[in-house]
Amino acid sequence: MPASRRILVPLVAATALALGLAPPAFAGKTLDAVKARGEVICGVNTSGPGFSSTDSKGRWQGLDVDMCRAVAAAALGSGEKVKFVPLNSQQRFAALQSGEIDILSRNTTWTLTRDASLGIVFAGINYYDGQGFMVPKKLNIDSAKKLDGATVCVQAGTTSEKNVADYFLANNMKYKSVVFDTAEAIQSAFFAGRCQVYTTDMSDLAGARTQTSKPDDYMILPDIISKEPLGPAVRRGDDDWFEITRWTLNAMLEAEEAGLTQANVDKMKAESKDPAIQRLLGVSEDTGKLLGLDKEWAYRIVKQVGTYGESFERNMGPKSALGLPRGVNKLWNHGGLMYSPPVR
Amino acid sequence: MPDPALAPHFLRTRRGRALIYQALALCALVAAGWFLWHNTAENLAARQIRSGFGFMRQPAGFDIGETLFAYSSRDTYLRAFAIGVANTLRVALLGIVLATVLGTLVGIGRLSRNLLVRGLCTAYIEVMRNIPLIIQLFAWYLVITELLPAATEPLRIGPYIFLSKSGLQFPFPDLSGGLTLAVPEVGAFGITGGAAATPEFLSLLIGLTTFTAAYIAEIVRSGVLAVPRGQTEAAGALGLSRALTLRLVLLPQALRIIVPPLTSQYLNLTKNSSLAVAIGYPDVVSIANTTINQNGQALECVLMIMTVYLAINLVTALAMGWYNRRVALVER
Repeated sequence: MPASRRILVPLVAATALALGLAPPAFAGKTLDAVKARGEVICGVNTSGPGFSSTDSKGRWQGLDVDMCRAVAAAALGSGEKVKFVPLNSQQRFAALQSGEIDILSRNTTWTLTRDASLGIVFAGINYYDGQGFMVPKKLNIDSAKKLDGATVCVQAGTTSEKNVADYFLANNMKYKSVVFDTAEAIQSAFFAGRCQVYTTDMSDLAGARTQTSKPDDYMILPDIISKEPLGPAVRRGDDDWFEITRWTLNAMLEAEEAGLTQANVDKMKAESKDPAIQRLLGVSEDTGKLLGLDKEWAYRIVKQVGTYGESFERNMGPKSALGLPRGVNKLWNHGGLMYSPPVR
Repeated sequence: MPDPALAPHFLRTRRGRALIYQALALCALVAAGWFLWHNTAENLAARQIRSGFGFMRQPAGFDIGETLFAYSSRDTYLRAFAIGVANTLRVALLGIVLATVLGTLVGIGRLSRNLLVRGLCTAYIEVMRNIPLIIQLFAWYLVITELLPAATEPLRIGPYIFLSKSGLQFPFPDLSGGLTLAVPEVGAFGITGGAAATPEFLSLLIGLTTFTAAYIAEIVRSGVLAVPRGQTEAAGALGLSRALTLRLVLLPQALRIIVPPLTSQYLNLTKNSSLAVAIGYPDVVSIANTTINQNGQALECVLMIMTVYLAINLVTALAMGWYNRRVALVER
């Protein structure tokens, strides 16, 4: 037999065997994969000041970054065991659907379409936001209803794009849209004057304004034209991982409600007689076992990352570069919307 | 005649074996195709991701900045895709025409006896060929948006043509009504009315044209140089000037060598126009990306983009093939 035929037949047979024995592409059980890998892969924004951005030393920080670190602290023991994957608005869902990332923590709005048809589920809301407009001060606009005929910069594939279309349609106004795929491209075009209006979530607008050399030349209009509840999302079908993510966020809220802080959590763990705190920190009960974790899961979250309030203050509170008020993101017993089901 | 009883068995003949191998290859191809389709459908169902083309009839919900025909956010995704295809064709066709003209001029310029012209053309080709296209697009876009005046104080060229950060706006026949001319006027936010060549369109067009022209220039030059020297000498002996030699003798014969690689460059230009999404021009890839992000049906949208580009490029290749055959038959 010639050499080529000697190779060909076994090759064809081997390929057929390999195809037939290929394991199913969707294996489930993210928690097992995360434990085996030793780190959580977290999808974040390429540049979202306050939510996920790198500092000058290349370390990731932000509200969404803290969310992932908290999940890693709960599931793997350390908030440092996270790999961050920056994604733009068009890659984010495909990355989660395909298994490239374990959590999408990328200031993503929770909507019915995204919850029901993309194969993902939202694990909670970590920031209640709304969509607004930013305009240069020299145009002398004080209300969004006066934007008829403007050129509007918006990011492709976001809820902002649809909301602005609805808003202008409902108010009988016309506009010209310029659509980019990255936040950096939009900000560059807006600050160069290509478009007169930049529309996205209010928190994004505040963050974008910190990126220009002349922040006082721009103003954010007071009108909020939509509800934008932002939160982390995980793949559909993996209930264990979903529960861990959901209850990590809830633990951060419960900890703040109970008066814990990163500084006092050790003392409280040793000395507190409050049954709620004892339960949360694993002193009296093991709530972690039910999630597939150990009993100190919430203690580690508070110790390594902090409570929700601390995370907020650190990343976007009044003393930070963004300077956003807590607003509706306060706890429910202080007049806000943040309400966690009890950790018991 | 050879004895039929002594003929070898069918499977022992070359023809027989060839048939068997082809049948096996066909089976393997069908099996691979079936496996890919089945695996995809199974995984989509397992992850509960919606599939199918039904979404095309839903309202799109987003606006598009540049439209060749009427479109609003209440129109269907299908119409939005059609706008995207129209935008891609617009920039691709104009780009092909302009790149051919510029490329031919630069290519011939590189053959000039004038040192300055030759040097400039060589420098142009070397610079444009070696910088990635997406960088060039960003550069053109930044230049256009930084240097032009704001839309509220545009540069006037004549009474009705305005140049500003909103692009070049000019009067255009109003296709919806009667024989009226839609004229641009300066409003509170800039210029309304008329037709516009936006900075996105202009930078994409200029970027694609200059980039592809550099490649076309080299193709033209190599075609002209490949015509046998005897032709140039004979033309000279007949008293033709250099310009006439080029136009009447060299270029027509060079076309046989130029047209096939030129087809490739045209196809490349059309495909490169998909970089539009990086600078905000709403071509078909940009609109498909928005659609994917709105409803998560990545597979269907990517298949549609691929089909669109395949169709455009096949038509281009067919047209150039016909032209190639025409040019090839011209010689004796």
